[in-house]
Amino acid sequence: MSKPVSALEGASYQGFAKVEEVGLRGMITIRGDLKSAGMKKAAAAATGLDVPGQREVKLDGDTALAWMSSDELLAMVPYAEVDDRIAAIDKALKGKHYLAVNVSDARAIFRLSGGNAREVIAKLSPVDMSSDAFGLGQIRRTRMAQVPAAFWVDETGAIMVVCFRSVAQYVFDLLKGAAENGNQVGYLN
Amino acid sequence: MLILTCPCCGVTGEETEFHAGGEAHIKRFGPGSDDEQFHSYMFAKENAKGVHFERWRHNNGCGKWFHAARCTTTLEVFGTYSAQTYEPPKEIKDKISARRPGWSWREFA
Amino acid sequence: MSTRLAAGGRLLNKDRAYNFTFNGKRLTGYQGDTLASALLANDQMLIGRSFKYHRPRGVVASGAEEPNGIVGMGEGAKFEPNQRVTTTELFDGLTCASQNHWPSLEFDVGAINTKLSRFLPAGFYYKTFISPRPFWKHVYEPIIRKSAGLGKAPKERDQDKYEHFYAFSDVVVIGGGVAGLQAAYAAGKTGAKVLLMEQTAHWGGRAPVDSAAVNEGKENINGKPVDKFVDEIVAELEKMDNVTMRTRMMGAGVYDHGYVLGYERVNDHQPDAAGPRHRLWRVRAGHIITATGAIERPLSFAGNDIPGVLLASAVRDYAINYGVSVGDRTVVVTNNDDAYRTAITLKTLGLSVPVVIDARVLPEDSALMAEAKAQGIRVMMGHAIASVKGGKRVTGVEICSQAGEGAVLETIDCDAVAMSGGWSPVVHLWSHCGGKLVWNTDFAMFQPDVDKPPLGADGNGFVTPAGAANGALDLGGILADADAAGKAAATATGHKVGKGKAPTAESVEEAPMAPVWLMPQGAGIKKRMKAWLDYQNDVKVSDVQLAAREGFESVEHAKRYTTLGMATDQGKLSNINGLAILSDALNQPIPQTGTTTFRPPYTPISLAAIAGEARDERFQPIRKTPIYGWHEENGAFFEPVGQWRRPYCYQKPGESVHDAVKREINQTRERLGLLDASTLGKIIVKGPDAGKFLDMLYTNMMSTLKPGKCRYGLMCNENGFLSDDGVVARIDEDTFLCHTTTGGAETIHGHMEEWLQTEWWDWKVYTANVTEQYAQIAVVGPQARKTLEKLTDADLSSEALPFMAWADITLGDGIPARAYRISFSGELSYEIAVPASRGRELWDLLLAVGAEDGITPYGTEGLHVMRAEKGFIMIGDETDGTVIPQDLNMQWAISKKKEDYLGKRAQERSHMADPKRWKLVGLQTVDGSVLPDGAYCVAEGTNENGQRNVQGRVTSTYYSPTLDKGIAMGLVLHGPDRMGEVIDFPKVDGTIVKAKIVDPIFYDKDGEKQNV
Repeated sequence: MSKPVSALEGASYQGFAKVEEVGLRGMITIRGDLKSAGMKKAAAAATGLDVPGQREVKLDGDTALAWMSSDELLAMVPYAEVDDRIAAIDKALKGKHYLAVNVSDARAIFRLSGGNAREVIAKLSPVDMSSDAFGLGQIRRTRMAQVPAAFWVDETGAIMVVCFRSVAQYVFDLLKGAAENGNQVGYLN
Repeated sequence: MLILTCPCCGVTGEETEFHAGGEAHIKRFGPGSDDEQFHSYMFAKENAKGVHFERWRHNNGCGKWFHAARCTTTLEVFGTYSAQTYEPPKEIKDKISARRPGWSWREFA
Repeated sequence: MSTRLAAGGRLLNKDRAYNFTFNGKRLTGYQGDTLASALLANDQMLIGRSFKYHRPRGVVASGAEEPNGIVGMGEGAKFEPNQRVTTTELFDGLTCASQNHWPSLEFDVGAINTKLSRFLPAGFYYKTFISPRPFWKHVYEPIIRKSAGLGKAPKERDQDKYEHFYAFSDVVVIGGGVAGLQAAYAAGKTGAKVLLMEQTAHWGGRAPVDSAAVNEGKENINGKPVDKFVDEIVAELEKMDNVTMRTRMMGAGVYDHGYVLGYERVNDHQPDAAGPRHRLWRVRAGHIITATGAIERPLSFAGNDIPGVLLASAVRDYAINYGVSVGDRTVVVTNNDDAYRTAITLKTLGLSVPVVIDARVLPEDSALMAEAKAQGIRVMMGHAIASVKGGKRVTGVEICSQAGEGAVLETIDCDAVAMSGGWSPVVHLWSHCGGKLVWNTDFAMFQPDVDKPPLGADGNGFVTPAGAANGALDLGGILADADAAGKAAATATGHKVGKGKAPTAESVEEAPMAPVWLMPQGAGIKKRMKAWLDYQNDVKVSDVQLAAREGFESVEHAKRYTTLGMATDQGKLSNINGLAILSDALNQPIPQTGTTTFRPPYTPISLAAIAGEARDERFQPIRKTPIYGWHEENGAFFEPVGQWRRPYCYQKPGESVHDAVKREINQTRERLGLLDASTLGKIIVKGPDAGKFLDMLYTNMMSTLKPGKCRYGLMCNENGFLSDDGVVARIDEDTFLCHTTTGGAETIHGHMEEWLQTEWWDWKVYTANVTEQYAQIAVVGPQARKTLEKLTDADLSSEALPFMAWADITLGDGIPARAYRISFSGELSYEIAVPASRGRELWDLLLAVGAEDGITPYGTEGLHVMRAEKGFIMIGDETDGTVIPQDLNMQWAISKKKEDYLGKRAQERSHMADPKRWKLVGLQTVDGSVLPDGAYCVAEGTNENGQRNVQGRVTSTYYSPTLDKGIAMGLVLHGPDRMGEVIDFPKVDGTIVKAKIVDPIFYDKDGEKQNV
């Protein structure tokens, strides 16, 4: 049985932080009125999570629901369950003006772990990565060097990075270079 | 390099996260407009020295457009506000009046 | 001679000796040395040659302001030219070489220029090489270029690593002298997040040297020696969690809204260590404190450029910090008290100071003067140096009265001269972003005008200068000013200041300095021609005076005319002296002349640090489709399409690109081709108003499209010009999928969002860019249906899935797919979209099942040729931002029923409706050759500029394997009305290609092949 393959097929690198491509994850872009009751129902149906507030991400293991903009959420669910979850969203928002679309294959996800993972990001994105400025439960959309990216901190303290699939190798190379042993900065805790 | 605050997602970010989109509060003239109206809409742009209103997009971020009230000489940012409006909100205009008494820009003052 | 003293050297670790070479000569220094101190310790006074006259040059300073001591460092992949010896830390195994001489440093042919210096004044090049005009390009420029540029460019690829780092801090303190330390401490105490950066490897700056120069205890902080104060405050700061301290990190520039560039030389001093060589910190500061100190000014006297003439402070630094004496007999020349510290230091170390020549006339001795005299040093008040004797090394000075014209009163032998013309605050970083300056008459210096700071995003000042950089030149004043600056910065960033007081200091009171810009005051032209202002670029007092006489009165003009301050040191030593001379020549006060603009970086930073991670495979993002790996493994000849890399064609071993393209096209037309079309933009547009919205975006009607069907559409910008095209598929009643060009996906998605967010925000439409969700594969050719049928049970017949329809099907091992029956080649064609993560799987499957029909992957060139054979336009070929659909005879794609669409009003303008607009036609060369791309068709006569009139141009041109001849499309005046006419296209070689105007559809005009 053939199976879907992620962009880098699980590439990883161990420097002063560890960089891993985490493989395919179900992702659904949901656009609509985030404040509506229907959206609350749709969020629950798709992920079992509450609608996140501005720049928040709700986390439950591998399931997550992230605020992407004032009318957009990103639901992260098991890859194989995307169609079912979209069907659940469709049901919850039936008759409403909304959009729910599968973007699972359009993305690559990396997990950055290790004590200095924050410094890896701080070399590539113009974002204050100190823990008092960016913590658990927040998501940041920005650029990483020359491409768009988003990241958040998960419950284990690891940083999850999402980018477009076509630039997965570029982003992996960026993270790898930034995480090389000896390249620690020692500015962020 | 400027810093701007996106009123949509609340991020205060550096200019590289944003994309400048020219003059704000422009009224579109489509079919049925005369040449003067269309020319003015399409090509005649404010080139303010001082208070200016611009459109920006948080393109490396939430992707939303917004408006910014800025001073083109000192680069002071008086405020940013929704793109879904036809004129600057009162609190922004008041703030500009406090900083630049007697200012005017197109029909606004 | 210059030598290492037995005692002293507070920065040295004498237990660790380092070997290094200069011009191949093996020398020894210590850990803690700079390359400058180590060279001087080895009596290597001559280090380089000046730029214009190739004059011998030795170090003149001890820090970042050094104009002379620049060398080529390292070898091979580590080579870097123009490195300052005064800011280069010595390491074991360092190699360096002098620059700007031939054949050798000691004997340089170019030094003949110094003999010709009378004939090479300021502006010489401008005046001499102006005529005859044609000589510039072929004679003058090549010769001048040969002698231009300092140092040699590296030949090998830089093997080091570089990176950026984004940091955020409430307060950034630039400079780690006592002022910077105290400012950081005061700010840090409030809880503010502080980043303190120091360009050298040491904390404390020059204050420990200055206090050590006077007798123990006379200068102290809180009753303690300055050294001890520095150690203690550094220890305190290190304990603060909210304070980060970095040495070897220069504040390179201050920019809008609190942006600071910090240039960290991580490994320059340990080139074999792991990690990056340089790190560029991109810091966003709430408030910036510039505690950047002050730089001593040279004095302008004849021969002040001879090796052995140094700044007085530098002589002191070498003695105290590195235990190096610059000379055995040092004459001190000054216009202020500070230089006496150098005299006292040298004397205390047992060296000879035959005389202190002081240009001032004072009513009574100051404390430092008295101390010098008490040590038996001779002091000559009101005197000056008439000229320095020596060539590659100082041998003596001739002394005259400062007030006169330079009649020599006495000659004194010496091997070094320590000069001091007063001090200038380092205002560069204050000024980078617009901070203004005021003239301080007492100290004859520019200092920050604290009432006119650079303004931040909130309209308030965001830079505070501190200490010597703010014009405070005494220890007590420096500390009080720095303490206040630290507190002000903390307050400005919302922190509460506690009770802590500034440390108190005792320092020696100094007599006023006297501004002396030329020595002696009445120096004649011969002396002025030997009185250097800019040592590296060879600008002398006489040059600036000449510039003034010739009308270059603006300081910016005089700078460019003379090149004063344009060397690698950017005039750190020369600028104030130069503009004082200019002011004098113009007979106006110095503040009226003003300064040139201070621009970042403070000292040169490496280009590689600016590039950061953006090099090699990370130079720019390369977008790859899910099938990229297969392309790579199968001979793809890639071409960039935006950031994508797409196969142009696939070369078989021994096959030319031309032959590969021909094979791919023939095989596709005859049997079966395969194209990776994944890069095509795909945008979902959904909502009750989606149809209305697409009717505004496209020139044709999209709202009437039926679900299950596809329609080709054109998009224009509001200015009427064609911007993108593609096939729209209606998915259901309120959902459309819009295909865009490869390069257009992000732009068109942005274009849609712009109109939805900023104009029609009440319309109910959502968009999503799903370009990368799908791998899209075009199965093309007469065998396409048969091949796909092997992978699916779905009915692919022309009845079930007719041309311009789509259907969801399942392929192979349960791959969910959407098949669009659209064709860009004119053949029977299915574009199959599958999830990107199964794209490669489908590609491999198709290759397997298509093998019996000779399935042939084809690249973008095949795609282009086949679309041209069919007369299909290509955005970017037939369009260039000035072409409207009407030019391309595409009225059929413009709805006449719609009241409005983007671009409609613009297309109603008179010049858009002008019948003289060039229109699209096909072009067929009479001899069957391929027209040159972009060639113009000439018309009779010439235009008002005497240029040949033109009447059209080629937009696409190819060899067509299908027709076995050249085919082209072009825009031609009245083209469609001139079918059959033969027109001329001159080539660059002057010959003319004749081409006949024909229908642009060269192949299967009725579409029978695609519609089966």
